[in-house]
Amino acid sequence: MELSRREFLKASGAGMGGLVLLGAMGSEKVPRAIPLKKEPLGETYTICCYCGVGCGALATAAGGKVINVEGNPDHPINEGTLCSKGQALAQFRTVDGEDNPNRLTKPLYRRAGGTAWEEKSWDWAITEIAKRIKKTRDDNWISTVNVGGTDYTVNRTDAIAHFGGGELDNEECYLLVKLTRALGMVYIEHCARI
Amino acid sequence: MTNHWIDLRNSDRIMIIGSNAAENHPISFKWVTAAKERGAKLISVDPRFTRTSSKADIYAPMRSGCDITFIGGMIRYILDDMQKSSPSERAEKYNMTYVTQYTNAALIINNSFEGALESTHPGLFGGYTASKNGTPGILGSYNKSTWNYADSTTPASDPALVNNTWTAWEDLDSKCVLRLLWENYKDYTPEKVEEITGCPKDKFLEVAQTYAESGAPGKAGTIMYAMGTTQHTYGTQNIRGYAILQLLLGNIGIAGGGINALRGTSNVQGSTDMCLLSHILPGYLQVPIHTDQSLDDYIARAKKGKDFITPQGLAGDKSASWWWYNDADPNYKKYLVSMLKAWYGDNATAANDFGFNYLPKVTSGDDYTHIGTFEAVAAGIVKGMLVWGQNPAVGGPDSEGERKALEKLDWLVVSDLFETETAAFWKRGGANPGSINTEVFLLPAACSYEKQGSISNSGRWAQWRWKALEPIGQAKPDLEIVDELALKLKELYTSEGGEFPEAITKLFWDFREGAAEADPNIAAKEFNGYDWTTKTALTSFGNLKSDGSTCSGNWLYCGMFDANGNNKAKQHDPVDKSLNQIGLYSGWTWCWPINRRIIYNRASVDLDGEPWDKDHPVIKWTGSITKWAGDIADGGWNPINLSAEGAKYLPFIMHREGVGRIWGDGRAEGPLPVAYEPWESPLETNLLTGVEDTEANGTPGFNDPCCYIGKMEMDGQVWNERGTPDNYPYVGMTYRLTEHWQAGQMTRNLPWLIELQPQPIAELDPVLASQKGIESGDIVEVSTARGSIDAVAIVTKRFQPLTIGGKTVHHVGVPWHWGYTGQCTGISPNGSSGNVLTPHVGDANTTIPEYKTFLCNIKYVRKGGE
Amino acid sequence: MAKAILYDATKCTGCRGCQVACKNWNGLEAVETYNWGSYENPKDLSTQTWLKMRFIEKGGTETDNMRWLFARQSCMHCTDAACVKVCPTGALHIRTDGFVALDKDKCTNCGYCVEFCPFSIPRLDASLISGIGDKATKCTACTTAGLNRIDNGYQPACVNTCPTGALTFGDRETLLSAAQDKVAALKSNSHPNAYLYGENEVGGTHVLYILDDTPKAYGLIEDPKVPAAATAWQDIIKPLGYGIVGVVGLGLILNIMVARARIISREEK
Repeated sequence: MELSRREFLKASGAGMGGLVLLGAMGSEKVPRAIPLKKEPLGETYTICCYCGVGCGALATAAGGKVINVEGNPDHPINEGTLCSKGQALAQFRTVDGEDNPNRLTKPLYRRAGGTAWEEKSWDWAITEIAKRIKKTRDDNWISTVNVGGTDYTVNRTDAIAHFGGGELDNEECYLLVKLTRALGMVYIEHCARI
Repeated sequence: MTNHWIDLRNSDRIMIIGSNAAENHPISFKWVTAAKERGAKLISVDPRFTRTSSKADIYAPMRSGCDITFIGGMIRYILDDMQKSSPSERAEKYNMTYVTQYTNAALIINNSFEGALESTHPGLFGGYTASKNGTPGILGSYNKSTWNYADSTTPASDPALVNNTWTAWEDLDSKCVLRLLWENYKDYTPEKVEEITGCPKDKFLEVAQTYAESGAPGKAGTIMYAMGTTQHTYGTQNIRGYAILQLLLGNIGIAGGGINALRGTSNVQGSTDMCLLSHILPGYLQVPIHTDQSLDDYIARAKKGKDFITPQGLAGDKSASWWWYNDADPNYKKYLVSMLKAWYGDNATAANDFGFNYLPKVTSGDDYTHIGTFEAVAAGIVKGMLVWGQNPAVGGPDSEGERKALEKLDWLVVSDLFETETAAFWKRGGANPGSINTEVFLLPAACSYEKQGSISNSGRWAQWRWKALEPIGQAKPDLEIVDELALKLKELYTSEGGEFPEAITKLFWDFREGAAEADPNIAAKEFNGYDWTTKTALTSFGNLKSDGSTCSGNWLYCGMFDANGNNKAKQHDPVDKSLNQIGLYSGWTWCWPINRRIIYNRASVDLDGEPWDKDHPVIKWTGSITKWAGDIADGGWNPINLSAEGAKYLPFIMHREGVGRIWGDGRAEGPLPVAYEPWESPLETNLLTGVEDTEANGTPGFNDPCCYIGKMEMDGQVWNERGTPDNYPYVGMTYRLTEHWQAGQMTRNLPWLIELQPQPIAELDPVLASQKGIESGDIVEVSTARGSIDAVAIVTKRFQPLTIGGKTVHHVGVPWHWGYTGQCTGISPNGSSGNVLTPHVGDANTTIPEYKTFLCNIKYVRKGGE
Repeated sequence: MAKAILYDATKCTGCRGCQVACKNWNGLEAVETYNWGSYENPKDLSTQTWLKMRFIEKGGTETDNMRWLFARQSCMHCTDAACVKVCPTGALHIRTDGFVALDKDKCTNCGYCVEFCPFSIPRLDASLISGIGDKATKCTACTTAGLNRIDNGYQPACVNTCPTGALTFGDRETLLSAAQDKVAALKSNSHPNAYLYGENEVGGTHVLYILDDTPKAYGLIEDPKVPAAATAWQDIIKPLGYGIVGVVGLGLILNIMVARARIISREEK
């Protein structure tokens, strides 16, 4: 079994030929003919998370492990190819058959003056973060500013900043811009600026 | 990118400048190689010989930071060649119809305009006022009142230029754009280029001539650029230089052409479109400022100075000016109101300006950008920080200063895959955790294939990706984390009240629709937009209304869905159905705007709608019934010659004058780029402007006159000191490697990549190495006025000393990937990121930091090895 | 039909997608490395690194333009394969498509392939004296049992991932012909030393290189030779079989050959 774990992989350029809109509108796993393995595993369409080229890749996972990631031969930009980084995608999750030990798996908290991380629950983390945001926002609310002798209503807080987005999905960026602006935040930036 | 990755194969000339595409966008070379196989010539302009240069037909070295001199020299070469050619030769070598009909080359500028070479204000245009010298901040600013057209709404054009009858510069109006362009660049001779950039004159001329050949009608040249262009105090003007060059050569809008910004992260295009940026709202709408007390105020301000302009004497006579198209009910308002509807739903009504006043207003003139934010953190104004998949402790300029600033926060939230340097700033070398009172929350995020959603590549393709397996441990997609946080905040403000709670309690927030977790499909439909009553997805931003009947969180993404609610970012038609199979693949995922794969594509055809390049047609007019074939035409109007008077639409539909801007009045430091020195320069005098560097914090005219000089003061220590050549004689620069990724966490935790590039490096030329007693493999210290890092030396002829103004200038290059957390860390306790060295100074228009050029020193530390 | 992998050095950008693809597909672990003053790493092939790219700098003088050359280092899949000749168990064998495959179950860790390969490709962690340790390893052109891409109609992992088409896979005849044309074109276009490596070396190899300079410039062995001892082993001694000479005798003969090969190897260096 150890040696045959990748046999199911299909990399034929003809695999998608003629299948217009296959995978369209929500079909995320594409079962493929698997030559040497009885139970076909699906390959999941993904897009490489590194640079802005947007190469298509196929990820195969089973039993909570990523077994293989390679270029999607049907993708018109990369035609199945990947660079060294893209070819290492599997290791985000699985290194030498085990979970990547460097990944964060639980919410962590470092208290003021603390010297180590403490593990916390998600409920605790979300609640405590929300409380911090609310207190900082309310304590530092700017209703009006005076510019050139005139008061203007601005309803904002300058006390909370946001960074990030270039590595998130569009949907995530959208939720973030909606939430941060609604909170009255104005220090909203990400890596596009730098 | 105006074009897209596959389209690179259609190029005849490819100039890679300010980019190292082979290393940082390796798959781009699939298509660069395809172009070369067709006979295209590849030009690499770079201070160092890179893996990109290794494949180039011509490699031209250039001192870091000298793009404007180099490009200005190319512009001068082309203008000189245009002028010296007979009208018929000129029209063979250059697409003069494009230049005169599709750009503002022939338009007449305000007679009072004063150029930057005037003896009374060397290096500066007329109308400049310097800020207080010696203090940080913006060096100065311009009164731009003379930068406009002589007639601000119906500018005249020069008939000799339009009719291609001129032979001498004096034949053209002295204020015609092309003539002013010549006046601006006439001193940028090949000799001057060599003196300033260090690029041998012959090599420069080879580049100029080879690239200028793409100006012939039917030929295509493309410019690939990245952060080597942008990360300068005049980065925006560097890009302006490319834009001018490309317009002069008729290279915008065509297959194999364009200005192609190679975006560095997988969704920095999408995150920019969503406008997680301080100055814009989704779809690049302006952020409200303090004077915008109502929706009308906002629209009126946005519209100010944006009147329709109708150039005179051109074949085209109408500008779409898309933002303001349909003056009475402009698109700009439709887009903003639709966004507000998506944000405040039923609480957004005409009676409350659709919730406009729930939006925060910035104070105009204040700096909320990255550099400004960290100054506000250092000053104690910002007390809490949310960080999602970004690592400013490694990626930010003068990063030891930014790390120190994090100590001033009350709390910090980081969501990431790994323990980033930002999250662990309190553990960094030299820090005393016991005295750092910042609470830190570090949340485990799902990686790209442990969730689903769309990302937008450089070519603006929004591509959906699916979930391959459940997230590791308790990790969650950021979408779920943000959703849970938002719902908790709504709950708190509903139950407890607080400051201005309506902005939160009235926020329309339903990304679950009854499910236990947020669904990215719901978010995608919301930013695409739908009819508020029927909930039917909208298929184009043309459907958006300003009356609150439609919602669209981001108008640019309107059209990603079809009328049946199918998300086209998920579509995979592998067949290229474009004309002559030029590689548009319009059925493969979806791109904004409305699946237009090459923007400004109406400039790819002549006045009759025929492609300039018959072999690579982007669009083509096929008749009054069948209209345009090919890509989605940039505005569906008939070709200029086949339209009625008053409806002959010019091709650059976003511009209020309808033509491409060789001359542009929007930038801070002038309508045309001028060659300035980096903030830290090895020179004492700007060899083009003649201005000496006399001021401690930068001198207008020597440096960019409007750039931003940052400074942080914390606990009695001043950050962002400026180095001088006597202490720091070498030109330092930062860059990236194929094998590592940005601030490093996403590769320094993957063993296969650590194996390939295990340690931070510093690269230098053999001459400097010999002077310093440094050999390859030694550990060296690279230092600037901000800090120092240890790295492994690579002594290589890929770096060469350059002769600049008669003196020898050496470069030292350092990547910035490394830090102090993760499986693979740097050598010095500060993690050896190149950004420990970089200055907190910013571009005059964007404040992007000047990472790419600074002054440094280097010395031997010890032998390296296992 | 004989197959081959063609490496066109003029298209390679040194991205090393191939190097990682090899590890990804074959389940190889990362090796601990340090920077030794080069982009090139790991420094050498190992049981966990079957393919690596060399980075070579040339020129950079007033008269000679700077060049940065990249060269693939992995099994050449020789037609006249020394490793196959000396392999006592048939673990190393030549497939009908010409690739040199490795059946690990048959490998006895003897290490003779390591000693006799003219390109110094196979690796074995085990001590030659004690015989304890890993089995021999090398690139199998993705024909390893259970990881066999070739026989299932797919390209080798390295070829599959190559962004620029520097690596291609196909019929050797076809690739050879294309490579000959390309080399001829290079020769007539300011690369007089262009060379098609592997066309004739050691009986012709199933990894071919298009070079725009000499093999030496690319760090490749010029005129590689199958050691005479390897030929002797296969053609004379091996047919006698274990039964006649006996295992002990075989061992002695081989040890003598290995020792001689080492001497020859030292003399050549």
